[in-house]
Amino acid sequence: MKLDEFAADFPELPGALSIRRGSVNASQFRDGCAQVRHDGGRLVALWGSDERADDAGYALHVALIDSAGMLCLTLPVSAERPAYPDISDLFPAASRMQRAVADLLGLHASGADDSRKWLRHASWPDKVHPLRKDFDGTCAFPAGTDAYPFVTVTGDGVHEIPVGPVHAGIIEPGHFRFSIIGDRVLRLEERLGYKHKGIEKRFESISLEQGAKLAGRVSGDSTVAYAWAYAMAAESIAGITPPDQALWMRALFLERERVANHLGDLGYLGNDVALSFGFAQFWILKEQVLRNNAALFGHRYLMDKIIPGGVTLGLQMPDKRVIEEECSMLERELGVLRSIYEEHAGVQDRFIGAGRVTPALAAQLGLCGLPGRASAQAWDARVQFPCAPYDKLGVQMMTHANGDVAARAALRFEELFESLRLQREILINLIGGDELSNPVKSLPGHAFGVGMVEGWRGEVMVAIHTDAHGKLARVHPHDPSWQNWPVLEHAILNNIVPDFPLINKSFNLSYAGQDL
Amino acid sequence: MYQIIKQILKTGIKTETPPQHDDALRVEAQRLQENILRHVGRALTIRHVDAGSCNGCELEIHALNNAYYNIEGLGIRFVASPRHADMLLVTGPVSRHMEIALRRTYDATPEPKLVVAVGDCGCDGGLFSPDNSCGDKGESYASCGRIANVIPVDVAVPGCPPTPIMLMQAILTAITSGGKT
Repeated sequence: MKLDEFAADFPELPGALSIRRGSVNASQFRDGCAQVRHDGGRLVALWGSDERADDAGYALHVALIDSAGMLCLTLPVSAERPAYPDISDLFPAASRMQRAVADLLGLHASGADDSRKWLRHASWPDKVHPLRKDFDGTCAFPAGTDAYPFVTVTGDGVHEIPVGPVHAGIIEPGHFRFSIIGDRVLRLEERLGYKHKGIEKRFESISLEQGAKLAGRVSGDSTVAYAWAYAMAAESIAGITPPDQALWMRALFLERERVANHLGDLGYLGNDVALSFGFAQFWILKEQVLRNNAALFGHRYLMDKIIPGGVTLGLQMPDKRVIEEECSMLERELGVLRSIYEEHAGVQDRFIGAGRVTPALAAQLGLCGLPGRASAQAWDARVQFPCAPYDKLGVQMMTHANGDVAARAALRFEELFESLRLQREILINLIGGDELSNPVKSLPGHAFGVGMVEGWRGEVMVAIHTDAHGKLARVHPHDPSWQNWPVLEHAILNNIVPDFPLINKSFNLSYAGQDL
Repeated sequence: MYQIIKQILKTGIKTETPPQHDDALRVEAQRLQENILRHVGRALTIRHVDAGSCNGCELEIHALNNAYYNIEGLGIRFVASPRHADMLLVTGPVSRHMEIALRRTYDATPEPKLVVAVGDCGCDGGLFSPDNSCGDKGESYASCGRIANVIPVDVAVPGCPPTPIMLMQAILTAITSGGKT
């Protein structure tokens, strides 16, 4: 059965993206996922919700994408026997998401290979599930003991290096367990969840407006992407389209976020191979972008500038020149710095071949976003599912096939140049005017909406479910790091331990975004 | 090599004058004696601990090391181990999953030590705190709220995130005697 036939009866959700949504039974759920996999599509997100208030047990939701658009499947799950069919055989990236659903909601994937806990450590007991509606989010439990069965590697000369959760640099917390022989890595196992601070539960007790702020702080480095995805989901539910100027401003913010982060990463990639000159140079450029953000928009990272319905401020016409000059300056400097990186023997020696993810492995595991494109996975939401204003911008997607640190660094340069080109295009279309928002005042009851934005790491998705009164009943923010963390475990294999910081930085994944 | 040197010369010196300390940021009266601070102030080592932030504060802590703020030029350095540190720079809220790690990091830091809590969340738990939490401590099933709920805090700097200038002010305040001799 082709996917088109399968989903033919599913209604299309209103809004910026082409999304069909349908309720399915367990076998249709498996069939739908298998069909998407067969057609070369991917799993974007998997989450659950508590529907017992409507006497409907629980529900499991997946968001899948293929070349035609997004397909959201909802599988009702009975309250008496809260289980659903495992899909981690089809999409390996589903494994950790399923484990998180088991921790937070108590729904189990029948037949899954790995049913260890994931986001839960010792802060709340087994059999207690924070995302169930009868759980009081303000309660606290006495700390228990956190026994986690890491996979152990045995053999002559094999030993373990445990790293974290507090790392040696200025980095987010997480635990890495290396099994090594000499300096060579035989296995890496990640343990995340240290930053779990109950974001999803928190969404359920706040207003739509506060939710926009919270969405912008799921991962602070991607605040624009999250705020936009959240707004897009709310606008889809409310049936509101933001004014043109607001959409152009959003794209300007998103590209500026991409530029700032790519500049910072390129600086650190230099630093990690002992070229501190690279750190100094790129962070001067990044600081100039941040200062322009502060001067033009009042916030260095553009937090809270995107709200459901539009944006909070526009660009004054004389200020266009500031951005134009910044783009010219960056193009000039990036040209020089790229040639220095490319011609520096020490840099290239460390970059080339380090942390390689082959295109075949990337496709199998569902690597996405920037690291995906560096391994020939040609997915970019701005290109395949261009919501306004990207439908008028014609984003040029670049890909590489080498899948190593060098490819991920080269891609950052290329995406930077493209982002600068896009900013110039956006400036041409920004004509000013006062209309910045069509406010979303309230949402209808029992509604569902999804927003998806290509952030600098990859696709950021936010799903919103409302309750009978139109309040936020369930909000699920999804970071592309969910897909990419497991691939990092493969990228490090057979590399040496001292290359891990470099390889890790070349992915630069979010801890906060996946710990929630 | 020629290109690198040319670029360095063209870039010139970007470093700006650092801000002054600000006693308003103090949570507790300065606990360390002037004579200790005089030494610490010239070669301060900082261990950063992310105890559950959104990673926004980290972006600005990174920026302290850029050429504009050049915090290392003031003799202030980020170190890899709490055992080498005089100060902990902690971002939050403190997730319950990071509570033990934060306490252990604090315990591993030798006396005399200073703690600076960073950001709105570090100060009061921020947006992640339930509105009806006990007091203003911002606790939930997953969050211990503000940093001071877990370890003693000398200076707290609000902001979402606080700018590098505010961070420098907070760090400089912690190593200024505030009248205590």
